Amino acid sequence: MKLLVCIKQVPDLESRFKPNAEGVWYDETDLAWRMNEYDEYAVEQAVQLREKLGDGAKLTVLSIGPDRVVAAIKKALAMGADNAAHIQDPAAAVKDPWQIASIIAAYAKDKGFDLIFTGMQSQDRGSAQVGVAVAEQLGFACTTTIVGFQYENGTVTAKRELEGGVKGVVKLKTPALVTCQLGLNVPRYPTLPNIMKAKKKEITVIAVADLLSEAALATTASFHPPAKKGGGIVLEGDVGELADKVVAILKDKTAVLR
Amino acid sequence: MKTLLIGEYREGKLLDSTYELLGFASQMGAETAMLLVGSETQLPAYGGTLYLADATTCGEYNPDLHKKLILDAVQKENPDYIVFLHSSYGWDLAPRVAAALKAAQVSEVTGIVPGGFGFGFGFGFEVGCCNAKMRRTVRPNTAPAVLTIQAGAFPVEQMGGTPQLQKLASEGKGALEFIGYEPAEKKEVDLGKAEIVVSVGRGIGKKDNVPAIAALAKALGGELGATRPVVDAGWVEHSHQVGTTGQTVAPKLYVACGISGAIQHLAGIKKSDFIVAINKDKDAPIGEIADVLVVADVMQFVPALTAKVAPVSS
Ligand SMILES: Cc1cc2nc3c(=O)[nH]c(=O)nc-3n(C[C@H](O)[C@H](O)[C@H](O)COP(=O)(O)OP(=O)(O)OC[C@H]3O[C@@H](n4cnc5c(N)ncnc54)[C@H](O)[C@@H]3O)c2cc1C
Repeated sequence: MKLLVCIKQVPDLESRFKPNAEGVWYDETDLAWRMNEYDEYAVEQAVQLREKLGDGAKLTVLSIGPDRVVAAIKKALAMGADNAAHIQDPAAAVKDPWQIASIIAAYAKDKGFDLIFTGMQSQDRGSAQVGVAVAEQLGFACTTTIVGFQYENGTVTAKRELEGGVKGVVKLKTPALVTCQLGLNVPRYPTLPNIMKAKKKEITVIAVADLLSEAALATTASFHPPAKKGGGIVLEGDVGELADKVVAILKDKTAVLR
Repeated sequence: MKTLLIGEYREGKLLDSTYELLGFASQMGAETAMLLVGSETQLPAYGGTLYLADATTCGEYNPDLHKKLILDAVQKENPDYIVFLHSSYGWDLAPRVAAALKAAQVSEVTGIVPGGFGFGFGFGFEVGCCNAKMRRTVRPNTAPAVLTIQAGAFPVEQMGGTPQLQKLASEGKGALEFIGYEPAEKKEVDLGKAEIVVSVGRGIGKKDNVPAIAALAKALGGELGATRPVVDAGWVEHSHQVGTTGQTVAPKLYVACGISGAIQHLAGIKKSDFIVAINKDKDAPIGEIADVLVVADVMQFVPALTAKVAPVSS
């Protein structure tokens, strides 16, 4: 059985973001990078299935981006993926979801994957489109936002998370793609021996030009901070004084304190 | 300009969020038609053309079939925009429709940016990014274009009237089989009725710090709430989760401790009368909704505050 997990490297979301020179995405200077949180759940689920299926299965991890994304790929390898494809693309950030999906689909097309895992969205873009678009381009069955996963004999049983905590249970036959939601499992931390082992695993580098044939369907016209709503009070300074100020405000503005 | 609005229906009920689509369309100044896989006994208060398919035969979650129905209506209406809610139904279905039409999709639209974008009607759409810290203006390069709109971003608009029905039918099974719903876990804590809610977010750093925040909740006579990552990590029970996939609260005072202010969390707290947020990051998006933003280390500030409060009820 052949498994694929698609991951994105994203900046630490606690960073301060400034527009880049073109004003269409963030400036990458001084950002620290990590694996997209949703993808960590995807990798964990794929690795768990790979372990359950044993040596009859192979798990490939794929990431699109510049050289820095190799760090995220290495983490997935250390978590338990068997090998990797790095689609080398310094301009990945300006591609739209349709193009990203078409690159993944072009890579996966003739490789006979049975099951593809992705995160439900990225933390930085948050479009929640790529996974589904890959499935549509490959003609795979697909479901999204899963918080429960089981695989048995060519059938995936997944639990989708709906609003208000309700869940929907669906069955799909492979080939299939699922997009993973937070809380699906508990992503493991790579252990030192596994990090060492991962160093020997193969990373195939492919130039994006070999896979991309689609034009962008949507374009980012600008990247900017939100308009300040104003109104709220911002308090800074010594913690003891801040507490006094907040108590005074609560007494004044709410009926909850004496 | 015409929009095809895709209504929502779940567990035998028309969802009220459907009316936000009408709010969006009227901000666009667009003509509308609507499509719903639902029931004739649950028609929306909408006086336009409604393409209606029966959920008992087409399923409530059967994206392949629903896609076909939408493509059918698209052919009849020739809309400029096909508009979904950005919901578990919409974000699942919209990319399938977009792929079939090879149309641009703009996800989780929060605003309309008119004029000057040189394609179709020239609209750009405002969307959040970087965990709601930043915004993008996105321009579709195709007509039609597919949009999903953020829940709560556009006003509910009940147009009134009775729809002119155009019935659609579709056959076949689709690639997936829907087995059924699992109800939400029983709430042990009803946060919806609490007058004061003090919530913990990932910014508290570790599970061992939860009691210090719970102490503030106790001192104020309120309940403890939590964000989703804190619940997923097992720091706090799920019954305390606040947000779209947890509970909605409407307290007199909401205190957000180390919470960034993601939309899914904000959706659960926006009915609060007064919000105090404690965050070390002055730019955290929680600041957009908070009445007071305390820029401080949460584990230093909260114990200091706890020591100073005396609730009305004690
Ligand atoms: C479909 C879907 C449904 C979801 N449903 C929900 C839901 O119901 N409820 C929910 O909460 N989330 C939900 N989420 C997740 C949501 O998108 C966010 O990931 C989540 O709300 C973030 O939680 P947080 O604020 O605790 O963590 P983070 O976003 O990691 O924020 C931590 C914050 O703490 C601050 N901080 C760090 N250290 C300190 C310190 N020492 N002192 C003070 N501040 C500090 C940081 O500046 C940051 O702002 C959902 C997501 C999806 C996709």
